[in-house]
Amino acid sequence: MSNLLSIEPVRILTYLVGICAFVGANAAYLVLAERKIAGRIQRRPGPNEAGYGGWMQPFADVLKLFAKQVMIPPGTDILLYCAAPLMVMAPPLMCLAVVPFGESLVARNLDIGLLFVFAFGSINVMALMLGGWASRNKYSIISAARVVSQNVAYEIPMLLVVITLLMVAGTLDLNELIRQQAGGFWNWNLLRVWVNPLMPVTFIIFFICMLAETNRAPFDMAESESELVAGAFTEYGGMGFGVFFMAEYSNIVLGCCLGTVLFLGGWQSPLPLAALSGPLWGPVWFLLKMYALIFTVMLVRWTFPRTQFYGLLNLSWKILIPLSLFSLLLTGAMMKLPLVLQRLF
Amino acid sequence: MRLPIPFRETLSGFKSLLIGMRITLGQFFKPSITVQYPRQTLKMPARFRGRIELIFDQATGKSRCTACLLCQRACPSNCIAVEGARTEGEKHKHVTDYKLDFTMCSLCGLCIEACPFDAIQFTKVYNAVSFSRDGLNNLDLVREIETKRKAWLQTHPPPAPGPAASPAPRQPQPEASSP
Ligand code: SF4
Ligand code: SF4
Repeated sequence: MSNLLSIEPVRILTYLVGICAFVGANAAYLVLAERKIAGRIQRRPGPNEAGYGGWMQPFADVLKLFAKQVMIPPGTDILLYCAAPLMVMAPPLMCLAVVPFGESLVARNLDIGLLFVFAFGSINVMALMLGGWASRNKYSIISAARVVSQNVAYEIPMLLVVITLLMVAGTLDLNELIRQQAGGFWNWNLLRVWVNPLMPVTFIIFFICMLAETNRAPFDMAESESELVAGAFTEYGGMGFGVFFMAEYSNIVLGCCLGTVLFLGGWQSPLPLAALSGPLWGPVWFLLKMYALIFTVMLVRWTFPRTQFYGLLNLSWKILIPLSLFSLLLTGAMMKLPLVLQRLF
Repeated sequence: MRLPIPFRETLSGFKSLLIGMRITLGQFFKPSITVQYPRQTLKMPARFRGRIELIFDQATGKSRCTACLLCQRACPSNCIAVEGARTEGEKHKHVTDYKLDFTMCSLCGLCIEACPFDAIQFTKVYNAVSFSRDGLNNLDLVREIETKRKAWLQTHPPPAPGPAASPAPRQPQPEASSP
């Protein structure tokens, strides 16, 4: 098996299929999980009719979406209209190629993995904007404008936070980042307060930005169904809409993977025990942490009402950006202070 | 040391967000309270007012109604039509036809108040539906009683005709069976 995997085309194909399956299964079942969790939070069982207590619901949904006619409304820019769902789905698939689910379970261990993720991750915004623009619909265009300004606003604190981490870690290699967090949960970046006392705060900033970047409630201004029908997806029907929907969940998966890698120690076990770490335990820990994060994302969605757009921008420009800048400066100062002191005395 | 206002607001805002999340998380672990409607139904409260029905007297296997027409007269919506007949040897008439036009009924309960024999009551039927108006504007309450009587006869076989004096009560005696 391992020597078969070392043949390059086989390896590529295996990981391609694996990632597609992972993304597809997650997108399908996270929709269900979200509805179930929303149900539990509201003291109702959630979807429970379609087979085995609702577990066949994704199949029913997908079948319904597939059965629908693909409508291209007149007056749309057909090329962009059709390209948008593809472009929104591609980035999470691509980015997952560099995410290490286990020490060796990574499709392509790039030494600039983090840069890769951010470079391709932001295509998502453009796809939403294109979809909204090409639809030739007022609501879609309003939504597209919102998506862009929201993502511009939240990309900044996100990147500042990541730069903070990079200054500490000194590498863009995701696997290397994880290796540095070895040795128990107190070594995870989340709790490395001796590097920077604001580390938990940076994690919260990262989490908020991730919510905003994936257009999740309470920041789902792009798809605020009470004002904008369905935002950028208004004119999409059938599987076109389905792909946008899947992409939303794939982006959540990607965001939570990233959060896990950057702050929660990736595939490292929370306790430095030999029995709990190893090539088999790695993916287990990774997925556990990732799904815990995803659960939090869903909990947030069903707890808080949608913010106003002003509130959204205020939060970013007035709180998150200054805070992340301060944290960046503090980290820099704390890293350099010993050197300065050494030089002085 | 008091923090400047923007900081305090941010911190207290963040705290309230956490409190909100704690509440929803708490709800998450509580059991769901949904009634799976067509399969489960709630028990209607004691004072629920469904459409009226003739009370089936378990002791006699008949309705207590004597066709006195008081309910028909009391009904402000004019939706009750009672007819009765007297058989030989009976003290009162008995009801032969009791039609209720439920499309007009306002569930006011005046008919029930008016009945001196305590012969009608509200049902707990909350889902009275029909595909046409005819299904609701001419409900035959006597037929209902008769279906109930058929079931009742299964468990209460009529006394064998013969020398033994029939203990079947002649009078309905409404006070005796009503609390
Ligand atoms: S409840 Fe009122 S309206 Fe309905 S039948 Fe009785 S008296 Fe008439
Ligand atoms: S239901 Fe009561 S009030 Fe109406 S006719 Fe019968 S006995 Fe009289």
